[in-house]
Amino acid sequence: MSHTGTVSTPGSVSTTGTVSTTGKVSDTLPVDKAAVRARRRRTLGKVWPNAVALLLVPVFLFPVYWMFSTSFKPSSEILTKTPTFLFTPTFEHYGTATGVDMFWTYVQNSLTVTIGAVLLALVVALAASFAIVRMRFRGRKGLVLAVMMAQMAPWEVMVIVMYLIARDAEMLNSIGFLTLIYFVMVLPFTIWTLRGFIAAVPKELEEAALIDGCSRTQAFFRVIFPLLAPGLMSTSLFGFITAWNEFAMVLVLNKESEAYTLPLWLTQFQSAFGNDWGATMAASSLFAVPVLLLFLFLQRRAVGGLSAGAVKG
Amino acid sequence: MTVHTQGATPVAEEPPPGEPEPTDGVSPSGPKDRGRRPENAAWLPYALIAPAVVSLLAFLGYPLIRNVVLSAQQLGRTEMISRTTVWTGLSNYTDLLKNDTFWTVTLRTFVFMAVNVVLIMVLGTLIGLLLNTLGSKMRLVLSLSLVMAWAMPIVASATVFRWLFDTQFGVMNWVMRGLGFAGYEQHNWFETGLSTLTIVTVMIVWASIPFVALNMYAGLTTISSELYEAARMDGASSVRLFRSVVFPMMKPFFLITTFLEIIWVFKAFAQIVALNGGGPDRASETLPVFAYVEGMAQMNFGTAAAASVLTILILLIAMSFYFRLILKQEEEQ
Repeated sequence: MSHTGTVSTPGSVSTTGTVSTTGKVSDTLPVDKAAVRARRRRTLGKVWPNAVALLLVPVFLFPVYWMFSTSFKPSSEILTKTPTFLFTPTFEHYGTATGVDMFWTYVQNSLTVTIGAVLLALVVALAASFAIVRMRFRGRKGLVLAVMMAQMAPWEVMVIVMYLIARDAEMLNSIGFLTLIYFVMVLPFTIWTLRGFIAAVPKELEEAALIDGCSRTQAFFRVIFPLLAPGLMSTSLFGFITAWNEFAMVLVLNKESEAYTLPLWLTQFQSAFGNDWGATMAASSLFAVPVLLLFLFLQRRAVGGLSAGAVKG
Repeated sequence: MTVHTQGATPVAEEPPPGEPEPTDGVSPSGPKDRGRRPENAAWLPYALIAPAVVSLLAFLGYPLIRNVVLSAQQLGRTEMISRTTVWTGLSNYTDLLKNDTFWTVTLRTFVFMAVNVVLIMVLGTLIGLLLNTLGSKMRLVLSLSLVMAWAMPIVASATVFRWLFDTQFGVMNWVMRGLGFAGYEQHNWFETGLSTLTIVTVMIVWASIPFVALNMYAGLTTISSELYEAARMDGASSVRLFRSVVFPMMKPFFLITTFLEIIWVFKAFAQIVALNGGGPDRASETLPVFAYVEGMAQMNFGTAAAASVLTILILLIAMSFYFRLILKQEEEQ
């Protein structure tokens, strides 16, 4: 198909987007037998999809719902053969989960590695993608290809060698080292996305600033940078989600609980708390809520864009 | 089309990387250009890309090479403690290839991957088509539930699925009893490797369908409604409509998404480890998990590195198809 015509609005195609006009055309046609038949088929055809959708909504929502609902349930109603759906909510499990020794250390570690990695990636990627888009140099094409391939780097399969490298460098249980790894994990995607955003800023704007006497640095910070703000925002949020969720590396590298991040803590939570499912679900909810909220906010950009696998593992 | 690697909104305006891009004005490297902007020295672009290149080389390039080097060493507990290097050539590979367990794991990985990808693609496509036929309210509701499943962090999902499928108080045992199945009083869903991988599959498919469905729907909205109407007028059935109109137009989407899912499922790690640690008795290990357990639990780092190199090679084959598709698509734009 010709992509060109339709591509121009991929970002605006939201999941909740505008009503497609499909299926409405026949209403305006002159009423003849074919149209009546078509309309009847369509009325019938409206019942089926809605029924299937009504069945699907709980399928996709249930695990998320069950996580939250268990986390608010009194303990006596969690460990029952027959699940209860109506209950008086309690916050006791959140107290248990956050009252764990070092919980706030894990939160702090998670925030440090994610925010550190994302900020570092933004600065480094901004420079690199600006050069890629607006400058000409040897190896530019190769760099673009390398960045594209690095986006698909099989980090999960490299945990063993990363462990040995960290061990040799005496960087096991180091939050700084983990931050650097996460930074390199999100870097390719950040370059790739910012490259698109920078290319979207008209060159003429920059040139006008140069003619008005700005230096190239000034032109960048006064003209391009402000226009990039939305792009920087969404790019960094995707990077945040990636680093926040990361599990394989921290599992291998950080064995001491002072260096745990939230995902690692969450997987150990159950072995530490046994059958306290209320607290486990409260811990899961605390961990998942920031991502769920960010995703709702970002979903327009996620659809039609993120095939490079920055968000999904 | 919906599949772009570039990411977000300004995708379309972006020139493809394969073509020379106009940079500064008409003759980018011409003397006029340089005269106008003396500060744009020849070293500037290199300075700008240097941090990115250096960090990619240090944290991605070097580990990849080190991985290959490691696979030619014998590195177990003794060598770890004495910090000696014992070169063994290709014997890690030959040992692996002679090892029945390795072949079982490899076969398991491929079957697991195939089942997952087929389920994800078929169900995702059907739900994408469904989204396109729904009214706006119902579509919003279904989309939102899809987004929730998509957004759930893997580790959180794994914890929740552990709870849903809990032996004593899991809601799934209650559901099965309610549906009239016998033997679900205290059913252990993680009893065998197969049953564990079935739960992993349910979890991965549940979490991956939204990506396919929502992108499928986004792609469908770009197909002009006149095309449907024309086909409908010609008396095309829904199946025919899909085969002759939707599929040909969405073919790049299907190809690219299929390869992406192949890559993603093949290297699935957190799902398997967080759900049951590759157990029971190492029976739900796929290649990436096998490499991890071989290294961290068995302390055979050389073997683990060899397994990891082989896994990366298999992934590279899938990736080369994927990159070719992406580059082709960029050229067509």
